[in-house]
Amino acid sequence: MAVRKPPITTREYWAPGHAACAGCGCAIIMRLATKAFSEAMEEKYGDPDAFAIAHATGCMEVVSAVFPYTAWKAPWIHVAFENAAAVASGVEAAWKKLGYKGKILAFGGDGGTADIGLQALSGMLERRHNVVYIMYDNEAYMNTGIQRSSSTPYGAWTTTSPPGKYSIGEDKPKKWVALIAAAHQIPYVATASIADPYDLYRKVKKAAKIDGPAFLQIHGPCVPGWRIPPEKTVEVAKLAIETGVWPLFEIENGDIRNIKFQRFPKDGKFKKPIEEYLKLQGRFKHLFKRPEAIQELKEQIKAMWKVLGKEVELP
Amino acid sequence: MAESPFKADIERVEKELTEKMTPGAIAYIPGSSVINKTGSWRVFKPEFNKDKCIRCFLCYTYCPEPAIYLDEENYPVFDYDYCKGCGICANECPTKAITMVREVK
Repeated sequence: MAVRKPPITTREYWAPGHAACAGCGCAIIMRLATKAFSEAMEEKYGDPDAFAIAHATGCMEVVSAVFPYTAWKAPWIHVAFENAAAVASGVEAAWKKLGYKGKILAFGGDGGTADIGLQALSGMLERRHNVVYIMYDNEAYMNTGIQRSSSTPYGAWTTTSPPGKYSIGEDKPKKWVALIAAAHQIPYVATASIADPYDLYRKVKKAAKIDGPAFLQIHGPCVPGWRIPPEKTVEVAKLAIETGVWPLFEIENGDIRNIKFQRFPKDGKFKKPIEEYLKLQGRFKHLFKRPEAIQELKEQIKAMWKVLGKEVELP
Repeated sequence: MAESPFKADIERVEKELTEKMTPGAIAYIPGSSVINKTGSWRVFKPEFNKDKCIRCFLCYTYCPEPAIYLDEENYPVFDYDYCKGCGICANECPTKAITMVREVK
């Protein structure tokens, strides 16, 4: 019998022994993204190691680089919270001047991208640097102890948006940085999720092969921050797609009228109710005493899909 | 059974750590975190039944550590030195070839 080949490369750029929590969703993103990137570099330049990483402060920076050890097997630079995109731009400019072949990868969490590093990201996209920026979205500042970010969804508990008598938790809708990036009319913008690892892999590979900037927003559940059991990480991410909470799409060349969707139901009707996604997570537990808040969350998700040009029905 | 690809890494890292001193703020040995045996965190341990495995590679793809590597026939092998016992592999396995059992030390 022929030996089946794995669909992803067996090279590892993310070594074991890092300090991420058991079942970390974002660690899966780091591992798959670097694998995909190396495969793209091998196909494009013939050298799988032709890339360097600039990493904003965040969960994955803290867990991977506990001095004097590092979990990275690629050139990696840790920079401040706000300037991963700026440093990646600088490295890219230096590589261009020195005549190096390759591409730069930048990682930032949702806090480091949506809140603190937004202007550096915008500058990088506007200057058209040859960088792939990956935002791993765990929907709060998890490494400092679960404070809300602008990417936290409506109704979620965090330590700075506690639900109670006068509060329903986070009371503002989620910010979609992918759409802000698309407004720069850059060659490639996409969202992905660990729920569909091969789709994630394909998108990172595609982004890495394009000349010019690319931005990816990737959903990565957080075990302590979302109050989920560690084995449910991928299950929760899958439910986010099946209930319509997380859209999977690609926008090429800023052509916002021609968004390609993945895993979108043909008739726009999602089969699973959003409650199935919420009830797995402790951060939404209080919403079940407030049905009007769940209704409001549904309205916001419909509004988000409307921005993407789709009319959806949520059961 | 194939040998863990991280074994060679440990030897390399240990050798380099004794030879050179790490200057401030630079961790120059790639992948040196392999020295930290995070397997001690584990409460539940994945047990693998090779007969049920269809080699879909989902456990290999999803492992966040990575504590799963592939042997010569591309069956998954678990590296218990690093497995934190999160249980994603057992939860996502389509044929339930992986079961989580309580760790006995």
